[in-house]
Amino acid sequence: MSASRLNLREILAAAAPPLVAFAAFLALWEAVTRLRGIPPYVLPAPSIILQKLIEDRELLFSSLLVTLSITLQALTLATVCGVLLALAMAQSKWLARTLTPYAIMLQVTPIVAIAPLLLVYLSPPRAVLVCAFLAAFFPILSNTALGLASVDHALLDLFDLYRASAWRRLIYLRAPAALPQFLAGLRIAGGLALIGAVVAELAAGAAGQGTGLAFRIVEAGFRLDIPRMFAALALLSLAGVAIYGALSLLTYYSLRRWHESARERGA
Amino acid sequence: MTPPSGGAPLVSMRGVGKTFDGGLEVLRALDLDVYPGETVTLLGPSGCGKSTALRLLAGLARPTRGEILWADPAQRERLGFVFQDATLLPWLDVFDNVYLPLRLAGVSRALAAPRVEEALALVGLSGFRDALPRELSGGMKMRCAIARALATRPVLLLMDEPFAALDEVTRIKLNNDLLALKARLDATIVFVTHSVGESVYLSTRIVVLAAKGGEIIDQIPVDPGMTRDGEYRLGPAFSQLSRRASNALRRAMGEDGP
Repeated sequence: MSASRLNLREILAAAAPPLVAFAAFLALWEAVTRLRGIPPYVLPAPSIILQKLIEDRELLFSSLLVTLSITLQALTLATVCGVLLALAMAQSKWLARTLTPYAIMLQVTPIVAIAPLLLVYLSPPRAVLVCAFLAAFFPILSNTALGLASVDHALLDLFDLYRASAWRRLIYLRAPAALPQFLAGLRIAGGLALIGAVVAELAAGAAGQGTGLAFRIVEAGFRLDIPRMFAALALLSLAGVAIYGALSLLTYYSLRRWHESARERGA
Repeated sequence: MTPPSGGAPLVSMRGVGKTFDGGLEVLRALDLDVYPGETVTLLGPSGCGKSTALRLLAGLARPTRGEILWADPAQRERLGFVFQDATLLPWLDVFDNVYLPLRLAGVSRALAAPRVEEALALVGLSGFRDALPRELSGGMKMRCAIARALATRPVLLLMDEPFAALDEVTRIKLNNDLLALKARLDATIVFVTHSVGESVYLSTRIVVLAAKGGEIIDQIPVDPGMTRDGEYRLGPAFSQLSRRASNALRRAMGEDGP
């Protein structure tokens, strides 16, 4: 079955148009900065940014590692807490009604506004972690809760008929049925965790603390080292793409056997 | 109604009524005995409460009035239920779907395997044990659902319009398969349908329910000894029974019979 395998040629065919467009954009950028003689401290050419990336690789990549590590820690924490709370809410309607308004409040309050406050009470690394966690937590909670709650009624009847225990109902029915929604939430949360980490780092960085990529951007800004700002930004962007790509792959391999979202049409 | 085999009913509904929380009364007071070896069809217009009666028998809903008496209370745990949709778990292959009731009962895979294979063979799905539901046709999905119901070796098989969504050809095929299954397993079946032809073809007794309240309009015995095949479908007995069932169904909907 062709739907169950990622075909290398198909991937290349799908990736080619955006890659070509990106290369053309970089070429245009390079050409404009050179032809118009735009100085690097106003708008550095892509070649200069790449050069900066190589020159400052130790500094920038160690900062990337810091940011990535915090993002992944926050995502893991958000997954564990979000799934556990969604499970508890699926068991108790009362708990769900009590907690849902607070979860929504947490979600709609801009994380940028919470970060400075977190820095008052927590050490900068801890504040960054909490901020990233808060950003990632809600999509996992709400999606998993939705998935757990929207199990087909006829299937619940079937499990009733065979007098399935709550535990067996969870592992054989609710959990697999909720998996697609959970994974959708996880993909959103991956991006938001990175945003949360960057936001907190920016807030902390302004206070002269931290060594993540966002702090490097602030620091380079103070020094008017514009190429380094771009280099750090490029790395952040790549990190976001990598996180999204990894979670998409995880989704694909978890669901490809049976779920419509992971299947090719007509397969 | 005289029992086909004599003896005590397997299960009896005595004055069973069901009113939903919103105040809708689906069943007023249904009296129904099901004897071992019978195929009882509940025939009636949509909304007459026939599916509700089946769910009450299965214990999927509680009656608000009356009682359901089992000759042997242990047998109420040994039910098979086939829903209108196949209700297969899309992430499990055919084997695991049929294994599900046994798995939920705590039977190990190794111990269950012969019974699952047997059930798959009974419905003709032995070659599809590794297929996923999405790879099956509508008829095959329904066979899988029937195999799942048979895996627990039920005393009573409850079927809620199982073939209503299938095309005519598949439906006739599955009707024949069900008759063959019944002959092999000597099963007792309660079958809900709104198709007169299906009820006459499959049943040993047709129970026609009124459109509102589920009052029994008519009970039509069908000779269990009759051979059910294409000839039977075209013969005089079939058309006579169909006419009687159709007339009862018309009365059930509040129209006057001829």
